[in-house]
Amino acid sequence: MTPPMRLAVLAAGVLVLTSCAPGSSAPPTPTSAPPSAVRTDAAALGNVTLTVWDQEVRGGQAAQMKQLNDAFQAKYPNIKLNRVSRSFDDLNTTLRLALSGNEPPDVVEANNGRSSMGAFVKAGQLRPLDAYADVYGWKRRYPESVLRYSRYSADGKLFGEGNLYGLPQVGEVVGVFYNRAKLTKLGLQPPKTWADFETSLATAKAGGEVPLQLGNLDKWPAIHVFGTVQSRHVPPDQIGTLGFGRKGATWNTPENTATAEQLVGWVDKGYFAKGFNGQGYDPAWQAFGKGQGVFMIAGTWLLADLQKALGDDLGFMLPPGVTADAPPVATGGTGLPFAITAKSPNPDAAAAYINFITSADAMKVLTATGNLPVAETGQQSVAKGPQQDVFTAFGTVTAKNGLVPYLDYATPTFADTLGAALQDLLAEKATPQEFLATLEKDYKTFAESNG
Amino acid sequence: MTQRMTAARPPGEPRRVAYLYLLPAFAVYAAFLLYPIGRAVQISLYDWDGLSLGRWVGLDNYAAIVADEGLRAAFGHALVLIVFFAVGPLVIGLGLAAILNHAKVRGLGFFRTVVFLPQVVAMVVVAVAWRRVYAPDGTLNTLLGALGLDSLTRGWLGDYTFALPAVGVVGTWFETGLVTVLLLAGMSRIPGELYEAARLDGAGAVREFFAVTLPSVRGEIAVALTLTVIAALRTFDLVYITTRGGPGDSTSVPSYEVYHRAFGLGQVGSAAAIGVTLTVVIFVISFGINRFADRRIA
Repeated sequence: MTPPMRLAVLAAGVLVLTSCAPGSSAPPTPTSAPPSAVRTDAAALGNVTLTVWDQEVRGGQAAQMKQLNDAFQAKYPNIKLNRVSRSFDDLNTTLRLALSGNEPPDVVEANNGRSSMGAFVKAGQLRPLDAYADVYGWKRRYPESVLRYSRYSADGKLFGEGNLYGLPQVGEVVGVFYNRAKLTKLGLQPPKTWADFETSLATAKAGGEVPLQLGNLDKWPAIHVFGTVQSRHVPPDQIGTLGFGRKGATWNTPENTATAEQLVGWVDKGYFAKGFNGQGYDPAWQAFGKGQGVFMIAGTWLLADLQKALGDDLGFMLPPGVTADAPPVATGGTGLPFAITAKSPNPDAAAAYINFITSADAMKVLTATGNLPVAETGQQSVAKGPQQDVFTAFGTVTAKNGLVPYLDYATPTFADTLGAALQDLLAEKATPQEFLATLEKDYKTFAESNG
Repeated sequence: MTQRMTAARPPGEPRRVAYLYLLPAFAVYAAFLLYPIGRAVQISLYDWDGLSLGRWVGLDNYAAIVADEGLRAAFGHALVLIVFFAVGPLVIGLGLAAILNHAKVRGLGFFRTVVFLPQVVAMVVVAVAWRRVYAPDGTLNTLLGALGLDSLTRGWLGDYTFALPAVGVVGTWFETGLVTVLLLAGMSRIPGELYEAARLDGAGAVREFFAVTLPSVRGEIAVALTLTVIAALRTFDLVYITTRGGPGDSTSVPSYEVYHRAFGLGQVGSAAAIGVTLTVVIFVISFGINRFADRRIA
């Protein structure tokens, strides 16, 4: 054989070896068990082993998981927990393979977005939990604005409505962190209205402080700032439609333009930290912890670290409304929801486990270990100070169903589109109109192809 | 009959049994290299999310790569990185190696180790360190400030003009040691008589470098270029840690897109197509470098 021929034969051989289409071993779509078939008495389920994949590896997260797992084991000795714990990134990258295998874990923490939970639902790898939600009363205890982050239509196309596929333990909301000591020094009170907030930024600038700390090198942090400003200008239901990537809204509105223009105005007035597009997210909030910055728009997940740095000088509030009595609206969501895999042979035991780690008692454990419980938040007793600020803020906004989705949920590519577009906008490489056109293109393309 | 045929063969001629000896190595090679490559090529012909059944789309993924302005830009950035990863280190390395070799400095081993040190450190660590150097309040800006050059300070990795060169400079810093040590090894093999002869003919240091040193290390240059060009084209960790392709898309590179599409977006078919394209580009360029080096030797 001549060398080219040999190569051709080899290539053909390799193709024969690999000829079955990728993904041809995908499982069939499961059906939700009717409520009557659901068994809730975990002690009567016999000897069962549950494999649980979670990402609760850090500090208080790890502590609450261990405490709750131990309590579960003590209460139901017949159910053996096989816990596999990985960091968020590791879990995200390995879950795909694990779920497409023949023996996936029983319970997994699956990220809410379309490229994780949505893709798993579409592939029929997760079990709808509505039957369990009914018998365990989850729908009563969890506000709908929280539950909808784990809802998908059965074909995975619609996000934010349809079947329930997971239940989270903790909540999170993006708001305004502020440095109390700096406010006092500048003669300011925490702002009551959005106009107050802008005035405070101007005062801080004039006082030689960094008005608004931001580090946007990682691309996504400005998404939270944009979302916060947007929810002052754009009605919440429109943000919901845009954020869940549904048909029927548009980015090209005067309100969205006003949002983009306000942000650019802040750049022009020098409200953001110097060189923010070249500063990492972590160094930025660490700088805020060291007293650089009067305000910072960020999520409640920074509470523990910032409290360590600033103590009671730290304050947190929901982004103030246009008027002092406007209903609260804030970008927010939940920790990763716990879901049950379609192939799990023990869905009843799995549901009992999820119910246990999200029960009213579990919420108390979450509070005690420094987490922000997603349900019954307002009823927890915590020490006065920043932690109480955070609990009050989350309790208030969920009670009024005022959470709006993270904008990067919208389409599988939207985190990148929006992240890069915001860097362009804030560096003034793109005008507000060009910026919105970029977003509109991604959103429209997806919403139309998604049917 | 058989015996006579075997006997008729001159000793040392290839025999069929030789393939048997190749088999174990080939089996390993096939299982861990050829099969995955074949599979990647196959997946690149499907629209596949990594979970459900893939849909055959033929060459659509490749057509999309050519049509995608962002991806074309990503390949362009990779080419810019070649200048920083390969050309820069080669020029610096040639100079350094010539000096180190020529001057017969005391403590050569020490300097060689220092120059080579970046290679020993994992790229992720290198990237984290440089991210700090380039930060708005980082070492570089502090240094510029101390020199009274405050007007030049900026968030380097967030600057549309300087982000890509900033990433490239890290590559130059990283690869220079490897290239220098490779060239140094090559230069130490050059017989002293050649230099003597050159000097008798009245050549100065510069002439000597171009007439004797440079042609003698052509092989090493080819190796160095191959290694560094491949490193430039497949840069992933550096971009992943420092900029994530930003600001905007000004530092996006193909390997980052492969990772991002496969694991982030679930577009496994498209990711495989980019991977295959990148492999072909790398293969063509390294093949070209080696052909070039061979021809000049011959």
